Amino acid sequence: MDFNLLIGGAAGQGMETLSATFSKILQKRGYHLFTLQDYMSRVRGGHNFFQIRFSENPVKTHRDEIDGIIALNTETITLHLPRLAKDGFILADTDVSHEDSRLLKIPAKSLAKEAGNPKVSSSAILGALLKILGMDEAHLEDILSIKFKEDIVKQNLTAFLSGYGVPEKRFEEPTLQQEETMLIQANESIALGALAAGMKFYSAYPMTPATSIMSYLVKKSKEAKVVVEQAEDEIAAINMAIGASYTGVRSMTGTSGGGYSLMVEAVGMAGIMETPLVIAEIQRPGPATGLPTRTEQSDLLFVVHSSHGEFPKMVIALRHPEDAFYQTTRAFNLAEKYQIPVILLGDQYMADAIRTVKPFDLSKVTIDRHLADETPYREGKEYKRYELTDNSISPRLIPGRIPGTMVNADSDEHDELGNITESGEVRNAMVEKRAKKFALLQEEVLEPEYLGEKDPEILLLGWGSLHSPLSEAIDLLNQEGTTTYGALVFGDIWPLPEKKLRDYAKRAKKLINVEQNYNGQLAQLISQVTGIRVHGSVLKYDGRPLSATEIQKKVKEEAAL
Amino acid sequence: MKKTEFLTFETAWCPGCGDFAILEALKETLEELQKNPHEVLVVGGIGQAAKTPQYINANGFEGLHGRALPPAAAAKIVNHKLTVIVDTGDGDSYGEGGNHFIHNIKRNVDMTHFVHDNQIYGLTKGQSSPTSDLGHVTDFTPDGVNTHPINPMVAAIGLGAGFVARAFSGDKEHLKSIMKAAINYNGYALVDILQPCVSFNKVNTFAWYKKRVYNLDENASYNPTDKAAAFAKAMEWGDKIPTGILYIEDDQSYVEKVPFLKEAPLVDLPVETEVIEGFFKEFM
Repeated sequence: MDFNLLIGGAAGQGMETLSATFSKILQKRGYHLFTLQDYMSRVRGGHNFFQIRFSENPVKTHRDEIDGIIALNTETITLHLPRLAKDGFILADTDVSHEDSRLLKIPAKSLAKEAGNPKVSSSAILGALLKILGMDEAHLEDILSIKFKEDIVKQNLTAFLSGYGVPEKRFEEPTLQQEETMLIQANESIALGALAAGMKFYSAYPMTPATSIMSYLVKKSKEAKVVVEQAEDEIAAINMAIGASYTGVRSMTGTSGGGYSLMVEAVGMAGIMETPLVIAEIQRPGPATGLPTRTEQSDLLFVVHSSHGEFPKMVIALRHPEDAFYQTTRAFNLAEKYQIPVILLGDQYMADAIRTVKPFDLSKVTIDRHLADETPYREGKEYKRYELTDNSISPRLIPGRIPGTMVNADSDEHDELGNITESGEVRNAMVEKRAKKFALLQEEVLEPEYLGEKDPEILLLGWGSLHSPLSEAIDLLNQEGTTTYGALVFGDIWPLPEKKLRDYAKRAKKLINVEQNYNGQLAQLISQVTGIRVHGSVLKYDGRPLSATEIQKKVKEEAAL
Repeated sequence: MKKTEFLTFETAWCPGCGDFAILEALKETLEELQKNPHEVLVVGGIGQAAKTPQYINANGFEGLHGRALPPAAAAKIVNHKLTVIVDTGDGDSYGEGGNHFIHNIKRNVDMTHFVHDNQIYGLTKGQSSPTSDLGHVTDFTPDGVNTHPINPMVAAIGLGAGFVARAFSGDKEHLKSIMKAAINYNGYALVDILQPCVSFNKVNTFAWYKKRVYNLDENASYNPTDKAAAFAKAMEWGDKIPTGILYIEDDQSYVEKVPFLKEAPLVDLPVETEVIEGFFKEFM
């Protein structure tokens, strides 16, 4: 079974609860699922929808063709009908007006009224849906008690059972594996990664689609003993995070492109101060306010080159929730090892998609603080915060611990002690010291993940969240059997890992970059660093995520040129 | 008292600058309060006054222009055992950093904000500052400043600051007594320190201030907990300028409102992995 359900309506109609409840039921039954969210930048009205794709096998990404629609209003049907499969179905309340043999009306509102609460009508719809899909009522009461307040659990259950009684069963439920999964969004994975890494201070200013990192952390602040501070603006947010890191805790900030634009001066400060910092930049279409609730990968070159002057930084593009969790924990180790800012690049598509993943394994997470041994300083050794060492990494101490030892941090060019200097000689030494850390990072970066046939004729190049649609697109393309395809999907992206790229590029006939932006920013970066040029591009910038079938179709067009 | 702990450094300031007196007063204040240099953090932004962290033997954080308050607040939240002092100028505090000035009053982290207020931009060579008086002629305002000066005292009291004081660099003993009270105050404390800029401000000179300032703290009938009286004093600017503690009010500071910071400073709290693992289960 590979089923794709769309739940649509206006903001405020309860789609979110319906979708969350159904997703939880699927997870508990043992399905794998991928839920795509499409919402407008408004609190009420407009048109929003969820697409829940589920299967007994792992689901890699969303799919365009729909097998079932739950329409909370008539508009949902008109908008999405062209994508509905011929043998698909539409579930709607009796007040939805549309003529189609596939439409199945459920008197949800009157069933809800009978259950004693007109607001529980979506549970009647849910009941009907489960019946059609051949599912029983297992786990239902438990899940309803998680999702609803105690007094309305019973009403929801009654409405559910009434709805369950209405339609006929249409599908046989497949055999499901009972392995445990986590049902999670990438932003929640980032937040969990930060907590697992021992982050103690998070300061940010709310900005879609990064806000959900903060809202999760706020919820867990007291239990995890983590300070979460809503700053007055993004400039304060990053400067606070740097101050917190200087004082000795792991700290982080998060934002989207607009907020990151405000932060960049301080990114350079973390660079010259050599203060570790992790920043999550969850992209949305720009410039300026752009499309606030939609997706794009158009900040890559901006982030790679962000802030004036020259200093080392690392940029990691997150590929999926599991990757987001482990890469976030790794980012904290790298930031402290090299005393640099590390930027995690996500995007709205990945941030808001909810999917089942293998449970995170805390035993795979290490916390390496890379702080200097305090002993020699306690015995009187002079402390030089910016000491010129063989590997160019200076000893980092936490201020306030050792009598007589001061820790200086300076955004001006400084000498080894951290005092302002204008000496050309010292300046050269410090620029070279910081640059040398970039060379070390080049050794540290992880090569991109390779997907597809062993020696592909066509090599696709992508990064970040496109990992999900690309992995399915590669399967679809190779199933056609005419040409062999492969894809390199970059996670670590700055410094750019070059080995696999050079190796595959040499052997493939054609290179095609697949990106969610207009300029083909990854292709530009690759060309700048390696001189390797692509032969074709699949680019999308309407704010909507690329699907596997879209990639399949467009790649074939480009490959034929 | 012998000044040794906080040491003396070569500075980049002009001879005769009010910064020297403020720096000396700060060192003596910290010593008289028996602070250990390694437990003191001095934070500056950018500007002539903001170079202070360089010239005192304590932990130092020299940040970006206008951005001294956010890292200072974070430092105190992370380790509330540190004495955190922001020492910077009027441009840094009220101009480039205006939003942080507003919101750190609201945040009320226990730290002390010394503003070297010379009503002029020194480091960029003589432009008007947020506190320059109306009519002040500078290179950038050849017809005189035609916008109203910010009154930091009125602003701070109005925004709800719990410790608002003005001092004069030319009266070291009074300055020190205000500094002590400000550092001992539990919460955000603002001290606006009037000081001459010998190079670029030919109007608000040492003599100009000297003639006008008077010591409000010697006036036994003045009640600094009376907000209305404080506003009246804060608005006094001209032939007479009051110095001293204009307003003081007890309040809970930021750290006291965070329950788990009662156990230990944030920097000393361990990572509790079993708690994190519990969070994973909520997604299963």
